[in-house]
Amino acid sequence: MQFKLSSSPYEIPDNSVQRVMRNVLLALLPGALACIYFFGWGVVINLLLASGVALLSEAAMLKLRGRPLQPYISDYSAILTACLLALALPQLAPWWLTTIAVAFAIIIAKHLYGGLGFNPFNPAMVGYVVVLISFPKQMTHWVPPLMEGYSNLSFVDTFNIIFHGVLPAGASWDSISMATPLDTLKTQLGLEKSIDEIRNSKTYGHMFGHIGGVGWEWINGLFLAGGLWLAIKRIIDWRIPAGVLLALFILSNTFALYDYASFASPTFQLFSGGIMLGAFFIATDPVTASTTPKGRWIYGLGIGWLIFMIRTWGGYPDGIAFAILISNMAVPLIDYYTMPRAFGHHWTEFPHHHKSHEDE
Amino acid sequence: MTQHTHLHHFHGGLKLPHHKQMSTGEPVAQATLPAQLTIPLQQHIGETGKPLVKVGDRVLKGQPLTQPNSYISAPVHAPSSGIVSDIGRYPVPHPSGLSSQCVVIDTDGKDEWISRNPVDDYHQLSIEDIRHRVRQAGIVGLGGAAFPTAVKMNPGPDKPIDTLIINAAECEPYISCDDMLMREYSRELLQGIEIIHYTLKAERCLIAIEDNKPEAISAMESALKQTKNKQIEVVIIPAIYPTGGEKQLIKILTGQEVPSNGLPSDMGIVMQNVGTALAVYKAIMLDEPLISRIVTITGEGVQRPRNLEVLIGTPMSELVAQCGGYHPQVQQLIMGGPMMGFAMPNDNLPVIKACNCLLLENKAPAENSAMPCIRCGECTRVCPASLLPQQLYWYASAKNFDLVQDYHLFDCIECGCCAYVCPSHIPLVQYYRFAKTEIWNQEREKQKSDHARIRHDFRQARLEREKREREERLRKKKEMLAKKKQQEAEKAATGEKPEDDPKKAAIAAAMQRVKDKKAQTAQANKDNS
Repeated sequence: MQFKLSSSPYEIPDNSVQRVMRNVLLALLPGALACIYFFGWGVVINLLLASGVALLSEAAMLKLRGRPLQPYISDYSAILTACLLALALPQLAPWWLTTIAVAFAIIIAKHLYGGLGFNPFNPAMVGYVVVLISFPKQMTHWVPPLMEGYSNLSFVDTFNIIFHGVLPAGASWDSISMATPLDTLKTQLGLEKSIDEIRNSKTYGHMFGHIGGVGWEWINGLFLAGGLWLAIKRIIDWRIPAGVLLALFILSNTFALYDYASFASPTFQLFSGGIMLGAFFIATDPVTASTTPKGRWIYGLGIGWLIFMIRTWGGYPDGIAFAILISNMAVPLIDYYTMPRAFGHHWTEFPHHHKSHEDE
Repeated sequence: MTQHTHLHHFHGGLKLPHHKQMSTGEPVAQATLPAQLTIPLQQHIGETGKPLVKVGDRVLKGQPLTQPNSYISAPVHAPSSGIVSDIGRYPVPHPSGLSSQCVVIDTDGKDEWISRNPVDDYHQLSIEDIRHRVRQAGIVGLGGAAFPTAVKMNPGPDKPIDTLIINAAECEPYISCDDMLMREYSRELLQGIEIIHYTLKAERCLIAIEDNKPEAISAMESALKQTKNKQIEVVIIPAIYPTGGEKQLIKILTGQEVPSNGLPSDMGIVMQNVGTALAVYKAIMLDEPLISRIVTITGEGVQRPRNLEVLIGTPMSELVAQCGGYHPQVQQLIMGGPMMGFAMPNDNLPVIKACNCLLLENKAPAENSAMPCIRCGECTRVCPASLLPQQLYWYASAKNFDLVQDYHLFDCIECGCCAYVCPSHIPLVQYYRFAKTEIWNQEREKQKSDHARIRHDFRQARLEREKREREERLRKKKEMLAKKKQQEAEKAATGEKPEDDPKKAAIAAAMQRVKDKKAQTAQANKDNS
């Protein structure tokens, strides 16, 4: 009797790249729903538009590169990039901005580097930074999270703003959008106001909730919950988000203790902007993150540190995209120098050099 | 019984579904004697022995078929009586799928033994005698590696052994031959263990059994109670694959790591498998060589999974037939377990000493469904050697054989944990095997070319030296002639008679030749040294 040949192991569990990506998307859901709740239809339109552009770009690139559409088109990786970008972009960003960001992420940052598994930089963050630098004005089109004095936009209004750039009758950009709490804090601190003055001011005070920005604290809380689920299910490595949050907490706490008037509290830092989304869903992208256990700590701590630096002294209110991209650059180096001690080897065998190098 | 040995743990590993009950429902049965036995001459690590029989010879059960001709080698024996019908190349169960030199015996059904010399008490034998008998019995490690046991039982005077570990972990799913062996032969096994213990003069002996074999544990514990041997202890270890790996088991039991290039005996530890220990019992007490073993025939692809006591050389197809035959959907035949076994191309292959299990799978192998590595790091988490499997894969697929060694390729034990958890379904172990083979080939090539280069250099040097010497001789001759001419001219000038000169000149020339030759040989010796 003849049998089929293959290599060991012969029994493998039901696990796949597709499943990993699908689980990450699932974990995004609570936070994404919170975004929709607080920011309205813009989020939905962004998510759908970004996913459509991502799938088209992915298919086109696979075709151009002579790769089969299956299984790549259905591995959910392009959709995941699209969703992360859509959640990071302002809700009223024009359609072409979202399209450029997503297309750049998939075509340039992912496929031109070799596609799934080969891109050194996080595609979503590359796409984000490209539009952040190129279109700073449009990148301020944030919707205020369910606040008095601001009109709630209907689906049609939102659609018209995004696709036609037409504001509803009688509305101005000032009446439908506002700066994020992080942005406000940065601007006001730049005007030499103290944290207390900003929080209690008539104009800005209402943006600040119990711990983070109004609405933002809920969004961050739900992204945190989804992220914890991923960490418990071991779909992401807990070390990376732990590193990000720990570094940001320690640094902001130290500076806030040193000067309460000029540095935001650690809770505000952790529950504002895209911190939880960044720490649990973007920094943990395995392709672009460090892969060694120790390296993941360094990578996470590095991102947290860079976010604090950029938020506090840099030119941008939130620094997540830059912090992640800069850390991506350091990954090969981190990986090489954090190789775990192999079984039966000694710690002192570091850095690792094989004899044949010396012979050459 | 309270456990005295404090357990440690190793990095990584997997909790796998055991699937062991499938084949432990029935006692071990004796497989029927096949009409033909095919015995590969090479069933162990080391050199092949020299054949002792020729075609047409009648052989008796237990008669040696080969003579080991180096230290690391083991003979093979006739598993039953019959006529040697052929000696030649036959397909053998080996991952390479190649054929190898085999002795084929047409059995006569009489199962007639050669004369044996059983002993009542192994203490009657000297340690050298025991080792000699183990060697002559062709015993090799039955856990899978098939390393000659006599060599392992002789660590040398500079390596005192304090711990003998009996590996009864049997950590791979499906396999239950060691489990059944312990349940049914605990007393004989224990005697085998005592013999090895005695030979090594070890201070203590630990029998390590995974906690998923309660019957085996109680069988061994009650057998141990009867012997009242205080130096031997049954240690229950958690069932985490691959606890049965030599290095992993040593780590669990002692907390020590075998150095990367070292041996357990460097640390005063020797490990033997339970099957090996039973073979030692048979070799010493009954004077029976290793001609049979227990094989688990299991999996969804066989109708009646169970364990059989099988003669070495029995065709695999006959064993499956004795287990109710194949399931109609059977797809793969694997020798060994699902994690580290090898798929066999067909069932017309003989059982060898290292064959502990035949696993029949109904699942067809996945057709090249590998996705790119997404660097998720699951492989790193489960690697029991604390390697970075995805980096090894990266450099192995790029054929960067220097870096792949920087990442400790040769510490990989090919346990398959990484490939098991890989979401991209990359056949990682295959890449590591490929890289190892390539590196070995390159080293061999390098050695060959080094050898050739040295020979070439040597030849060049010799040619040059010869040329130098020729020139030297020519120059001397010329000088001498010139001198002679001059002397003659002087003599002629002084008026001496040249008549008595030729004699003197001949002597002087001869003396000079001897001197030159001496110098030459001295020079040549110098060059050669």
